[in-house]
Amino acid sequence: MKFAVKAWSNGRARVGTLQLGSIEIETPSLLLSTQKGLPHFISPDLLSSLPSPNSRLLQFSPLHFLDGISPKTISKIGGINQMLGLHDHEFVAIARDSLQCLPSHDGSNKFGPSFETPCGRRLIKPVEYMEIISSMKPSIWVTLADEVPAWVSDKRNASSVDRTVKWLDECIALRQVGEVFGAVVGGSNEQLRQHCAKEVAIRDVSGYWIGGFGLGESMDERPTLLNDNLPKEKPRLTSGLDLPEEVLQGVATGIDLFDSKYIHHITVGGFALTFPLDGIESKISTFQPGDIGSEQVKINLRATVYRKDTTPLVDGCSCYTCKNHTKAYINHLLNVHEMLAQTLLELHNTQHYLGFFHLIRESIKAGKFERFCQRFIADRRDLLVSAAHAGVSQSPLPKQEADYMTLL
Amino acid sequence: MALRFEVLGRFNRARAAQLTLPHFVCQTPLFMPVGTQGTIKGLTNDQLEEIGCQIILGNTYHLALRPTSELIDELGGLHKFMKWPRAMLTDSGGFQMVSLLHLADITEKGVTFQSPVDGKPMLLTPEESIQIQNRIGADIIMALDDVVKTTITGPRIEEAMYRTLRWIDRCISAHKRPNEQNLFGIVQGGLDPVLRDICVRGLVERNLPGYAIGGLAGGEDKDSFWRVVAQCTAALPEDKPRYVMGVGYPLDIVVCSALGADMYDCVYPTRTARFGTALVPEGVLKLKHQVMARDTRPIDPACGCMVCKNFSRAYIHCLVTKDAMGSQLLSYHNLYYMMKLSRDLHSSIVYGKFPEFVCTFLQKMFPEGEVPEWVCNAMEVAGIDISSCCSPVSSSYGLNLDEKAHAV
Ligand SMILES: [Zn+2]
Ligand SMILES: [Zn+2]
Repeated sequence: MKFAVKAWSNGRARVGTLQLGSIEIETPSLLLSTQKGLPHFISPDLLSSLPSPNSRLLQFSPLHFLDGISPKTISKIGGINQMLGLHDHEFVAIARDSLQCLPSHDGSNKFGPSFETPCGRRLIKPVEYMEIISSMKPSIWVTLADEVPAWVSDKRNASSVDRTVKWLDECIALRQVGEVFGAVVGGSNEQLRQHCAKEVAIRDVSGYWIGGFGLGESMDERPTLLNDNLPKEKPRLTSGLDLPEEVLQGVATGIDLFDSKYIHHITVGGFALTFPLDGIESKISTFQPGDIGSEQVKINLRATVYRKDTTPLVDGCSCYTCKNHTKAYINHLLNVHEMLAQTLLELHNTQHYLGFFHLIRESIKAGKFERFCQRFIADRRDLLVSAAHAGVSQSPLPKQEADYMTLL
Repeated sequence: MALRFEVLGRFNRARAAQLTLPHFVCQTPLFMPVGTQGTIKGLTNDQLEEIGCQIILGNTYHLALRPTSELIDELGGLHKFMKWPRAMLTDSGGFQMVSLLHLADITEKGVTFQSPVDGKPMLLTPEESIQIQNRIGADIIMALDDVVKTTITGPRIEEAMYRTLRWIDRCISAHKRPNEQNLFGIVQGGLDPVLRDICVRGLVERNLPGYAIGGLAGGEDKDSFWRVVAQCTAALPEDKPRYVMGVGYPLDIVVCSALGADMYDCVYPTRTARFGTALVPEGVLKLKHQVMARDTRPIDPACGCMVCKNFSRAYIHCLVTKDAMGSQLLSYHNLYYMMKLSRDLHSSIVYGKFPEFVCTFLQKMFPEGEVPEWVCNAMEVAGIDISSCCSPVSSSYGLNLDEKAHAV
């Protein structure tokens, strides 16, 4: 793995290049979220229709395989790439997965972190975790972390940092394959986060995973919590920052890679992302209040207004879905509960979100990241507000996007 | 008439033909996957083409409910609505009503049923069925027939057969697009050779573009089943396609093709996929079974499909029944298997190797030579010598496909 920062903007936002196995991508970038290594509704043959190389970095949780397939069998198959037939993709293993394998802080102890998984609550010791990692051979893997919610006591928070650092040493001692990203935790305590970051930074890791987000902290306290003083030359990855606004917050503090479930939530809710990607300027002028459903942030394909709409999800979008299908067809598929709806929406939403990351990079390279952020956030807020006024039941605050809340 | 049927090769009663339909030039024998509501189990059109699907089937009853035939018509027909470039067939809607709705009642006027939307009594007449199918716009449309269970006996069978003949004239005169859509008549008459004979003659007199053999695959014994098929195929014109409705077990398709049938449809390959079952030359493979968790082979090592090229049985095992992707991948493989079977039937007949193909097929499925007696009897009538793959005493008559699962 090689990582180099190419451009800075607004202090800490940065564009880098990450060379990993067969791919070289620019950061900030998105890791595609998967279920057992495959995007939720996209089979491997359809993956090639997504823009390369930025769609070739995939997240997965090794815990998804706990009861299904043994490390021995995975070893025999030859690892995760071999098991999924994805030889041009690079995998990043992160134990926590904000959909199915949630950290359960009160089940963790000094031996290992605990997770709520589909097969019940499971305590994972570093030795077991490393056995799975060694069999799967991901390109990057994140060390085990004791993630705690924002509201725990300082004492519990301090023990989470101690354990996380101890497990980091245990994991590194057992490493056989892949690049190690050391977990940084500390909950909502800035000092503890700094302390943890310092400990991780002096160890032999290739990058950092900033944990503990999306666990009840407020959006306002994030910038300070993300301000971790980690060495600048190594890549930083985070989980739990999902919405576009949250991603922008992360980028502003120097996060390079995002493990986000936003696309999944949007897709399962029957939504298509539609916010404009053509430069940062256009939009509000073209917005028609009262034009329900086209409020341009995302559209709900279940809405009856799309019953006869023969236009693509987004005009000019080059994704498989928009090149081939209409809103009317997807509306029908949703009405009759056919899975192709999710497949088509996930394809579009993934491409659209990758386009958003592309814009972020361009704005950093142009030294205009701060302006981009302000415009983007303001535009989206305005659009949400106008949509609310136009009678669309949508709250103006991004964090409260109706679908997002109901899906959590 | 909007089709051309050219026989390219024969072996006794079996034939391989080119069926030219308005939207596609098909090779028979062929299997038609069922896409009830304008889609097939999460598969994209590109995937269906890749698999080799030539004609897909839409269910008139379901499409008339959602999105409605009026909407499909307004948006330019089902081909355009779902952007399927190849051929399509719609059923009359009658069978679905009788089999799905308990309160369906058949009178001379048509099929009366309770609307699943508002519970009001509704009537589907032959005229209306054709009108709906004209709006949907498939290449082949089916006449409304009076459907009775094959296991029923007595005067009801005779009544249904004569009514089917009376209704065909109403269908023919209601058909508004004979130059774009081909109306197939359906031979009824239960298991009674005399009634079947009257029905075949009656339909042949009407000189329809093609004929279907209906009222089978409904739980009748296999010996009665193949005898009805043999009788009908012998009496139907040589230069028109013959479609055995509801038939989908690979073995049944091979037998019917040997007897001179050309087209088949069934939900079996996709339905069985949903329950974790894969079709393989040996019969079926139950991916849910615990031994699969350690099996690193592909589903069918001889299969060239995307799923078999990429995945092990162990990985599919960990998806099936838990993740949507499991049934999506199994459906893909199962449909590929059916299409490969169709292609093999076609080319073995064209190249004069049909008996060899049948023997190889039976040997794989019945390695101990336990070919069921009904298959032996049917093959004798078809003039195919299968003595090389039958054990001297065929004793395992009645062993069904699912029971064979453990033999694999
Ligand atoms: Zn698109
Ligand atoms: Zn296969």
